[in-house]
Amino acid sequence: MSEPLLSVENLRTWFHTPAGVAKSVDGVSFDIRAGETLGIVGESGCGKSVTALSLLRLIQPPGRIEAGSRIVFEGKDLVTIDEAGMRAVRGNRIAMIFQEPMSALNPVFTVGDQVAEVARVHGNGSRGDAWERAVEMLTLTGIPSPGERAKQYPHQLSGGMRQRVLIAMALMMNPAMIIADEPTTALDVTIQAQILELLTDLKQRLGTAILMITHDLGVIAETAERVLVMYGGEIVEEADVRTLFDDAHHPYTEGLMYAMPHITESRERLNVIPGTVPPPTAWPSGCRFRDRCRYSWERCESEHPPLYQIGAGHTSRCHLAEEPGRRAHPHLPLVEQTGAAL
Amino acid sequence: MNSDTPVTRAVFAFGSRQWRRNDRSAAFAGALLLAIAIPCLLASFVAPYDPTAQPDIIGLQSRPPSLSHPLGTDPYSRDVLSRLLYGGRLSLSVALVATIVSITLGTAYGAVAGYARGLTSSVLERVLDALLSIPRLLLLIAIFAAWRDIPVSGFVMILGATGWYGVARLVRGQVLALRNQDFIAAATALGATRLRIFTRHVLPNIVTPVVVAATLGIGHVIVLEAGLSWLGIGVRPPTASWGNMIQDGSDQIASHWWISLFPGLAIVLTVMAFNVLGDALLKALSPRRPVIE
Repeated sequence: MSEPLLSVENLRTWFHTPAGVAKSVDGVSFDIRAGETLGIVGESGCGKSVTALSLLRLIQPPGRIEAGSRIVFEGKDLVTIDEAGMRAVRGNRIAMIFQEPMSALNPVFTVGDQVAEVARVHGNGSRGDAWERAVEMLTLTGIPSPGERAKQYPHQLSGGMRQRVLIAMALMMNPAMIIADEPTTALDVTIQAQILELLTDLKQRLGTAILMITHDLGVIAETAERVLVMYGGEIVEEADVRTLFDDAHHPYTEGLMYAMPHITESRERLNVIPGTVPPPTAWPSGCRFRDRCRYSWERCESEHPPLYQIGAGHTSRCHLAEEPGRRAHPHLPLVEQTGAAL
Repeated sequence: MNSDTPVTRAVFAFGSRQWRRNDRSAAFAGALLLAIAIPCLLASFVAPYDPTAQPDIIGLQSRPPSLSHPLGTDPYSRDVLSRLLYGGRLSLSVALVATIVSITLGTAYGAVAGYARGLTSSVLERVLDALLSIPRLLLLIAIFAAWRDIPVSGFVMILGATGWYGVARLVRGQVLALRNQDFIAAATALGATRLRIFTRHVLPNIVTPVVVAATLGIGHVIVLEAGLSWLGIGVRPPTASWGNMIQDGSDQIASHWWISLFPGLAIVLTVMAFNVLGDALLKALSPRRPVIE
């Protein structure tokens, strides 16, 4: 296997708040190969967005990437590189697409101007060249009559159009990797499908690696090749997308799958995972999911599970890997037994 | 390519059909201001008399409006119309320059205070709080009472230098709010430097409130100048300003009303026009205003 494009080792991003240290990302390691789409999935508060922001070092105080974390990209450690070096990576080698296309564009400039600005930030070419390339990128993202659209202001464009503009901005410098943080969450379903198709298509044509951050397993199924499931600031399961959907190991992943509505069954109520993610200032001891888990036993409280190897390229942070027999005896999760709301 | 900025948009807004249709009062205010300002600026060409000449202090003292003196004469036999024009030129220029000074200082200070972090930010904020706690009028009275021979340029500078605190607070608030906008984060994620983000993304977005504050500020300074001149510590006689003209007639306002009334009227109309214009600009310049095409 070739050298990975991006290699994250033991990433810990902690927020030092007056209420305590919030360990939002707590020891995350993963690799992305060139041209690959890696999905990170998890519910709100699991640390997936903080992971994405950490990669570009966009964490604001009191947040901090702790010593010992390593983010190696194209041979450079992005944790220790100087600010100028970091700026040369941002938007140039790694670009980011934000969740809210409504507010991620500056209201007082035309969209073409904003796409062209990316080239000027990275200091190549004249204004005219930058503008031409901007129109070219807008064409690439499937915006009809891009020449005229480029001269319009963000408020004159629909949500889907604006998301295409943001994608054009991300593609401007032909980056090696794009981080897409919930790129379709703010869009309606038909537009969502178009945007995902566009991203997949662009990836194949341009060979850009994509890190897809989402809470939506449907988005993962459509775009990702490999998936990380995050819970409580940690990776709890890693697998290729087929294995994950056919053969999920971790009870949390299982719960996520079970919570997805299926077109073949009619149901009055949707399935849910009981309880909520505990606050990052106080992760439970042992397994962080144990209060919400249908299989947890004493060992889960006393011993923090490591990432067990389940199969080729498939790991899971659950003691069931060593005691698979326990899966036959599900029980009510602790949060339901005690009625304790977190 | 970059011709479409908030500033050019502000200029075009005056000419657009939407502007006139939606805001007749603003067009009226603008026209009124021009009607006042143009003759004042051309005072040396259109004024019938020398504003400081006292042709006949006995025979022409405090005469009511007549054909030869359309707005009458003052107690020193000077022509009120000529003084009104020259005084207007001075009062308007004083207000304009003082406002430019205070808007510049206030924008610079507020922008730095809002954009800085940590210790710099808190120091600038505390200093601003302290400055805002000084009553401006009392400070000005103290300065001008102590410094009696101040030239007009010094007067203007001091008006400007004491008028920027409010603007600074306004700009600081705007910058603080902008700093947390997604498009600022997006610009950072695209590799822009802090300076570029500041000049490209922060400053253009505070143009609207600053333009509005400037418009309202001019009206405020006109009143302030008039008040100080009326107290006898602003623009010194015999140089005419609207404020000291009111003072000239204030002890005989019942019998010789024309001496004070016309400069008073000029002040009221001008200030009102600036206020109406300020409100209209706020509506017209809002970047998210619905576009009817």
